Amino acid sequence: MSSRTVILGRIREALVDAPPTPVTVPREYRVDRTLPDAERIDLLIDRLEDYDARVYRCDTAHLPAMLARVLTDAGARRVGVPTGLDESWLADFGGEVVVDGTDIPAPDLEDLDAVVTGSAVTCAETGTIFLDAGPDQGRRALTLVPDVHVCVVTVDSVEVGVPEALARLVPERPTTLVSGPSATVDIELERVQGVHGPRHLHVVLVDQAPPRTPS
Amino acid sequence: MTAVGLGLPGFPPRAPDGVGFLRGTESFPEAAHHELANPQLRRNIAKATHTIREKRLRVTGELPDWQALRDTGSAVKVDTLNRLPELLEQFEAAVVARGGVVHWAADAIEADAIVTELVEATGSREVIKVKSMATQEIGLNEHLESVGIRAYETDLAELIVQLGHDKPSHILVPAIHRNRSEIREIFLNEMDGVDPNLDDDPQHLAAASRKFLRHKFMTVPVAVSGANFGIAETGTLGVVESEGNGRMCLTLPQTLITVMGIEKIIPRFADLEVFLQLLPRSSTGERMNPYTSMWTGVTPGDGPQNFHVVLLDNGRTAALADAIGRQALKCIRCSACLNVCPVYEQTGGHAYGSTYPGPIGAVLTPQLTGMTGKDDPNASLPFASSLCGACFDACPVEIDIPSLLIELRHQKVEHTGFGPEAAAMRAASIAMSSATRFALAQKAAGLGRLVAGKKGTISTLPPPLSGWTDARDIPAPPRQTFRQWWKSAEGRAAIAEARAEASS
Repeated sequence: MSSRTVILGRIREALVDAPPTPVTVPREYRVDRTLPDAERIDLLIDRLEDYDARVYRCDTAHLPAMLARVLTDAGARRVGVPTGLDESWLADFGGEVVVDGTDIPAPDLEDLDAVVTGSAVTCAETGTIFLDAGPDQGRRALTLVPDVHVCVVTVDSVEVGVPEALARLVPERPTTLVSGPSATVDIELERVQGVHGPRHLHVVLVDQAPPRTPS
Repeated sequence: MTAVGLGLPGFPPRAPDGVGFLRGTESFPEAAHHELANPQLRRNIAKATHTIREKRLRVTGELPDWQALRDTGSAVKVDTLNRLPELLEQFEAAVVARGGVVHWAADAIEADAIVTELVEATGSREVIKVKSMATQEIGLNEHLESVGIRAYETDLAELIVQLGHDKPSHILVPAIHRNRSEIREIFLNEMDGVDPNLDDDPQHLAAASRKFLRHKFMTVPVAVSGANFGIAETGTLGVVESEGNGRMCLTLPQTLITVMGIEKIIPRFADLEVFLQLLPRSSTGERMNPYTSMWTGVTPGDGPQNFHVVLLDNGRTAALADAIGRQALKCIRCSACLNVCPVYEQTGGHAYGSTYPGPIGAVLTPQLTGMTGKDDPNASLPFASSLCGACFDACPVEIDIPSLLIELRHQKVEHTGFGPEAAAMRAASIAMSSATRFALAQKAAGLGRLVAGKKGTISTLPPPLSGWTDARDIPAPPRQTFRQWWKSAEGRAAIAEARAEASS
């Protein structure tokens, strides 16, 4: 008899001998919340800064200048981008732009000074950015291996809370939730920032949805 | 309690002995005795538990619907256990449909063997690991080592514990019993290629682990993880973490093997909206942990292209077979109960002798392993509590730990107390079954005053009753019982006086 049969048999037997008490799952917690843009974004900025992420804000027209400034200030010369990132975003950046591809071995990503990506959805209440490996975000390794992650978040992708943000995800996509840079409290409960993930998270909030790549 | 029928007679087997880490070598009181003598441990544990519980209160207090979330979290887990066979089958089908392979392990021995075989099939002699209670429970690292495969723990605390040839002392912060200077010593002695001038600044110690592990992340082709959730509806698995070591292990190697207890299932993807609020706030006292990874089977061009999940029983079905005890399987491993427990705060985690310490460990461990006799260290765990109830208040999925502890104490006496304890309980049961017998028994108990002598306490009873007095004094029985006093002239006078006072 396979262990599958054995285990499922044990469970069914257990539930026959000690019959379960039927339960109705209550759903009284808050869902479908909305907040005006200004309040939602203020809440998000407060949470991001609480996690030591650096926050910048601009409109679509000024995004290329803003990204160039953030990257230069971070000392980045060689910057990785996913294949689907709007090319105009890095038009003002003077350094080298490397477009990621699945043929590039992940260890090679260590040679990048920074990575610039978009994001799928963001939760204001917890300061959490959801990356779902969409074309403007790339494979998971791209936002993990380089030490600096510059992440563009559009205001219309910011939801109030966890239920509202999760509702916008496609479950089967590989998804990473990012709340600030990597951190640990494992030594005497003293917070140390930056262990294995990117040690610096820069979030650029963009007030209007940027236009799609014309090409 | 014995089950018969369907061709599978008997109570489900417990976790086998001699493999993994579910049973210590001495009873809780004995182990606690050594631990209490370690002032550094007590200081570190006290600081950690107080700090985390204050943070937890702050961030749970922020949510006006916290109680509603707890109610839902609890009900979802009960519903999951009620429908476990269909949900496991649904989960399996979803994982397979997305290119994953599902394995079933009846116990730790089988799980260790499955993982070993999968690692050997890759040809690698090394694996990188994400912090996981399930793989600690089954002693996976030790088993892999016995066949010549080196497992590297990549969580900073787990690395400290592993390099220090030590055991975790807390679910969330396993190396909390170590000070920075000790950690420096461990790194200097055990970490390949470490800078000999390393000082004890936590920043520098964390940087040393980053450097040491980076090479492993980039080169080792196999990772082993646990899982915080497995979603039946979609086959999605989730790991919550802080450091990014989890992301590294879940993303960079070609092969990923996830070991997950069968109770970690949740029915729907949308249920994450509850648990992603309950878990981080209860665990680290953060609104959200820095990183959560979710993946479903295999995604071409992104992450491991070979994915296996091992579904582990190892005594969980035995816990499920107990109508009261099964609620311990609702646990989401947040460790909030540890941080509020007055007993854990004094002893730390090692005294529990199991991968699962603290209040939840005291109810989960004996159910996974069974209590095999009065000398079984795990039979002492249900008594490692003052029944104050703080754990129940803190639990994000409302596990009634105090009631479970009482039930397990009862079971311990029923099943393992063949000695004086069981005899005493049987005698009490007979005595209390009629008023006349009870009065007679109380009269007889008065004889105990002869044993107690002038000091009014009984410090040593002869065997077989010495078990009681080894760890406590028994106050001598009173001169007269309440019933005797009530009927006496003295009692009648006192009652009459009280009545007069009340009516005046």
